Amino acid sequence: MEFFRIKNDIPFMRHALTFNIISFVTFILAVVFLFTKGLHLSVEFTGGTLVEVKYEQAADLEKIRGALGKSGFSDYSVQNFGSSQDVMIRLPLKGEQNTSQLGEAIMKSLATEAPGAALSRVEFVGPQVGKELAENGAMALLLVIIGIVIYLAFRFEWRFSVSAIIANLHDVIIILGFFAFFQWEFSLSVLAAVLAVLGYSVNESVVVFDRVRETFKKVRGLTTPQVLDHAITSTISRTIITHGSTQLMVLSMLIFGGETLHYFAMALTIGICFGIYSSVLVASPLVMWLGVSREQFVAKQKKAVEGANEDGAVV
Amino acid sequence: MNRYPLWKYITVALALVLGFVYTLPNFFGESPAVQVSSAKATLKVDQKTQNRVEEVLKSSNITHDGIQLDFNGVKTRFKDTDTQLKAKDILEKAFNPDATDPQYVVALNLLAASPQWLTSLNALPMYLGLDLRGGVHFLLQVDMKGALTKRLDSTSADLRTVLRDKNLRHGGVNREGERIVIKFRDADTQNKARIAISDSQPDLQVVEAGDASEPRLIATLKPQAQQKIGEFALKQNITTLHNRINELGVAEPVIQQQGQDRIVVQLPGVQDTAKAKDILGRTATLEIRLVDDSTGALDAALAGNPPFGTEVYTERGGQPLLVKKQVVLTGDRLTDAQPGFDNQTQEPAVHLTLDAAGARIFKDVTRENVNKRMAILLIEKGKGEVITAPVIRTEIGGGRVQISGRMTTVEANDTALLLRAGSLAAPMEIIEERTIGPSLGAENIQKGFHSTMWGFAAIAVFMIIYYQMFGVVSVLALASNLLFLVAILSLLQATLTLPGIAAIALTLGMAIDANVLINERVREELRAGMPPQAAISEGYERAFGTILDSNITTLIAGLALLIFGSGPVRGFAVVHCLGILTSIFSSVVVSRALVNLIYGRQKKLTKVAIGQIWKPGVAAGSQK
Repeated sequence: MEFFRIKNDIPFMRHALTFNIISFVTFILAVVFLFTKGLHLSVEFTGGTLVEVKYEQAADLEKIRGALGKSGFSDYSVQNFGSSQDVMIRLPLKGEQNTSQLGEAIMKSLATEAPGAALSRVEFVGPQVGKELAENGAMALLLVIIGIVIYLAFRFEWRFSVSAIIANLHDVIIILGFFAFFQWEFSLSVLAAVLAVLGYSVNESVVVFDRVRETFKKVRGLTTPQVLDHAITSTISRTIITHGSTQLMVLSMLIFGGETLHYFAMALTIGICFGIYSSVLVASPLVMWLGVSREQFVAKQKKAVEGANEDGAVV
Repeated sequence: MNRYPLWKYITVALALVLGFVYTLPNFFGESPAVQVSSAKATLKVDQKTQNRVEEVLKSSNITHDGIQLDFNGVKTRFKDTDTQLKAKDILEKAFNPDATDPQYVVALNLLAASPQWLTSLNALPMYLGLDLRGGVHFLLQVDMKGALTKRLDSTSADLRTVLRDKNLRHGGVNREGERIVIKFRDADTQNKARIAISDSQPDLQVVEAGDASEPRLIATLKPQAQQKIGEFALKQNITTLHNRINELGVAEPVIQQQGQDRIVVQLPGVQDTAKAKDILGRTATLEIRLVDDSTGALDAALAGNPPFGTEVYTERGGQPLLVKKQVVLTGDRLTDAQPGFDNQTQEPAVHLTLDAAGARIFKDVTRENVNKRMAILLIEKGKGEVITAPVIRTEIGGGRVQISGRMTTVEANDTALLLRAGSLAAPMEIIEERTIGPSLGAENIQKGFHSTMWGFAAIAVFMIIYYQMFGVVSVLALASNLLFLVAILSLLQATLTLPGIAAIALTLGMAIDANVLINERVREELRAGMPPQAAISEGYERAFGTILDSNITTLIAGLALLIFGSGPVRGFAVVHCLGILTSIFSSVVVSRALVNLIYGRQKKLTKVAIGQIWKPGVAAGSQK
């Protein structure tokens, strides 16, 4: 079986401008949603209390809301979590409340008004922790970007590293845009997924760039767009199959992983889909705009021969 | 050209065998057990304890499935939970005949049910995180400022003693914020006092202040001393938490410092979270102060303006009481607290024993205040409650004090436990809490397992159909990757959480990339007309650089998560990073070894089963 029977190189670069405009528009849209709607941050970031309870039969949310209201809680949100028996109650952080006892207080009020609830999970996060988590998340993102830029600049060339990171940051923004638009809950595990995707789709660009370098060295007389087209075409089947396989795994998580892994898998799905698009169709045109050319590699190769130290992937 | 030297095959085989051995314990599950460990630092659990456990069980006709001694204590396995519960009760009675003064912690536990030879190889099942086994996680913030004020309070008391011993008259020693202000009547005394204080209290920085008519000394804690107090407070709090948790009877509690001023407490398998939180969260300290019984003072205080240096507390039973702010003694001076009964009235009581310094202060204070009342306060979370306020009949020496008054037996027990478990050096606040019920934990394992299994199955089916024999090799390589990953996680005893399982699944999904790269490369070389043997060799060689590059970028992201992540993210990052490392080995070395075994020996290899190779210009399907 073989999916990809490509006779000639597909002229991706002819449409480079179109792809870049599409990317730019989605990017702007994502940014707009991020600013207008904002992320629906989970308790981990905002601080607050989250209580998950399980009922034997379908839970009556109205009754639960009534129970909480009667006990003097305010600003609570009550919703089903995964199934009709599971209920998630969220309470924001309040200065004067004795937060660490909140879980028990909620259970007590449920016991009288909406009995039959079994406590499955309580999460309480104080304000200082939430702030720290947000800061650490930003730091992690920054570290990933710097690390990847340095590595790629060292391994290839600054043009490649800059275009790879721009292309993949655009993925990250788009994932965040989706989370903002649908108001999906952005939790710590989603953040982990976003960063994992960043590392993962950068390697997509790496595979294409590897081919670009190889083609520049091996084949003479091709223009830069032709080289890029050739590199993309010859790696496209691998790109699709790899991402397809990863997506199979993520899909399995989406189906079997339950509510806890749902948004994690969701972020990965969006990341994988846009990862293919951006690393192939955004990063490569960017490299072209930045003015990559054959001379940059031939000169390098000479040096390598003189030093008698050949690069691993270079033949 | 596609042959490995023997040592490479042996390395691969050895790695696979080791991987298998260390993965094995995860399949045996866990059996119920009872753990007996020491509740006191002075009491060591050793071979004798083990023998005693064995004897106790034998005399009650309870059969066990093995008994072992390790640094945690004596652990005894049982075949079912009924026997486990029965055994626990019996052991509890045998080891703690006096329930009010437990010497040992007898706790229910789960032990790996893997055979002895595996355990002796240090092959243990993966260490499951709280979200998979259920339990409580707390992050506590230690209030360092509180530790300092507490220290200053007790230092003020010490200063009073110093000044009295040297016969230096002062007009009051008071803590004002983070400094102690001492008033004097003349400059001479002020000067003498400064020298005396500097000599006796090296931690204090004493500065002269005020003018000739109102000379004062202002004492503050030196920065080094502040830091030392902070560190000490943290350690003291950890010790205290240890003691309190011992009273709870948890099998494998985790109590660790995190950062400068935080403590993580994890209690796996604890069901009664309310009780756990109650015991942990209670920052009860004992304070002994004098009662202001001067006429009219209480009425004035109730009207809203209490006399200087006093405050109103409510006694048990509801009567208000005017208590001086000056603390005579704190719980720090306690060496023991036991519940019991009053000799005369037979009321429940708590018997306290003070240390030498405490005993001396107590003796002095009681001598000077005969026929006055003293209040014994239990301070919890900044709120005080007067337990009792007895009249001092005579001077009390010897450091033995009894608290009684309107207490039930249970209250006496609780109070004694709290006091005995040690007071906290600094107040603490729960800033993060996670409670996971045991059923949710089991459900999470189930979900994580199913995601990984079905994802793996889907990838396997696809790879085998698409790449045929090379697909089989890729799947076997991926399976070996899973094996190595689980083995390393078991060996390191890294905590596995639900995000960790997600990371296993994701890493597998990403690791297949390396094999896809290789297979595509081999196909490409074949398409270019290379003979099979050369194509295999070239395919592996050329793909390797790309595989390395792509794994390193993924690893950079993983490391960033590891450094900055906390809680669930860290669990994800650990597995993710390890998985990337094992995947390089399994997808390159293991799969190459398999391919070499299958094809390497055939000298005249004309075709390989890597699926259909389509060549431009040649009719589709003509070459397989």
